[in-house]
Amino acid sequence: MNFDWLRAPPIGRTAPQEILLPVKARYIALTLLSALVLDLFALPPLLQQIRPDFIALTLIYWVVYHPRRVGFLPAWLLGLLMDVADGSLFGQHALAYAVLMYLAILLHRRIVMFGMRHQIVHVLLILVASQLIMLGVRLMAGADFPGALYFVPGFLGAGMWPLLFNVIRVPLRPRSDPDAV
Amino acid sequence: MEYSPPPFFKRGPSLLTRFTFFSILSVVLLVADARFNYLVVLRQGIAGVVYPLQRLSSVPSAVATRIGEFFVTQSQLQRDNDQLRRQELLDTAALQVGKSLESENQHLRQLLGLRERLPRDFIAAEILYSNRDPFTRRVVVDRGFQHGVKAGQAVVDEAGVVGQVTRVFPWVSEVTLVTDKEQAIPIQSVRSGLRGVTFGIGYDGTLELRFMPVNADIQNGDLLVTSGIDGTYPPGLPVAVVSNIERNAAYAFARITCTPAASVTSFGQVLIVSTADRLPENPVTDEEPGPKAKRAKK
Repeated sequence: MNFDWLRAPPIGRTAPQEILLPVKARYIALTLLSALVLDLFALPPLLQQIRPDFIALTLIYWVVYHPRRVGFLPAWLLGLLMDVADGSLFGQHALAYAVLMYLAILLHRRIVMFGMRHQIVHVLLILVASQLIMLGVRLMAGADFPGALYFVPGFLGAGMWPLLFNVIRVPLRPRSDPDAV
Repeated sequence: MEYSPPPFFKRGPSLLTRFTFFSILSVVLLVADARFNYLVVLRQGIAGVVYPLQRLSSVPSAVATRIGEFFVTQSQLQRDNDQLRRQELLDTAALQVGKSLESENQHLRQLLGLRERLPRDFIAAEILYSNRDPFTRRVVVDRGFQHGVKAGQAVVDEAGVVGQVTRVFPWVSEVTLVTDKEQAIPIQSVRSGLRGVTFGIGYDGTLELRFMPVNADIQNGDLLVTSGIDGTYPPGLPVAVVSNIERNAAYAFARITCTPAASVTSFGQVLIVSTADRLPENPVTDEEPGPKAKRAKK
């Protein structure tokens, strides 16, 4: 088996630079749908509580690397879908994803300049900000703080950023090796 | 007059504009849902879209469970079988007594001219998964309004009350567990007959019996059953067992913690109980505006 496609994340101060194939809208939709399925499938309660939000991560990826391809509307609609699937308040995820999109678009020029380690910090910031929005909404609606475990998905999600970065890029890498003659 | 040149690149409204638009839209939805409970239809519509995806995404775990079930050992089956046989024997004995009591009860009720208690309908359901929302204690069961489930029905398992149906979708419905912060159940103590209301605590799997005076007749180990005065829960179902009592004279009420009787953390079979009993209408009191009412206000 060849695991070249899952190459180690480039770690360092410089931005990972690759020439990739052009992205089709269909591929973006497919990644978001896969993220939705990953977010939905049933797990034991404890694992469920710490599962990172793959939709948020995928949205951040597309907004950072292709800011003109994914707009607010699909993100917002995905948020509504997550609200129904989660049984949370209607509009809670939608609001969180709107904040996430805003921060990601605001920071995208900055993020691509950094290496993987610093990108993780930025992603962590965005994910935790969107979680804080949801927490604030629910506290205002009368819920209790669910405990420190609530923030684990944000940290786990940021930790999975290099993996997601490489997995999303697999079909985008040119097939032929440019160095081969 | 000043004219700005047409934009070089067509980029649509600015980032801040778009952000503000979608945020305000979300907040409007939030308020409509949390405050006024609108959007039930919209939620059900979206649930129809999400449902196939949820089914699709639950395939791997279902397959894993199937494979696990296939490798159940012979000895375990034997053990379960023995245990079930013993249980059945006990249950049969209890059932015999129950049947004779029931007929006797019916007879007595007829003699007394009391209203007969209507038998309730049950819908058997299975818990699919617990809700992802970390702020609430809810589970999703595999029966929806296509099967006749209605919001507000009580959900019980073999040990006692599990919770109440709060949202109904076409093929699934959402059950708020007794341990949820917003779930209240009217109860009665079996030993002393004292009535009260239990509330879920939310962050851990316990209940609280609130508004009981410090000298209330409640002891550790008291079984609390539904009193049935709400018309939702059938009377006499176990809800919780009192596990801890703090009586502090500095407060008006005792702090009573209870553990739920039903297994609210495990997944399994549950029964959804229809609310067949019709309670009489609330009595309407005519408030006559007059000096009497004014005096009472003072």
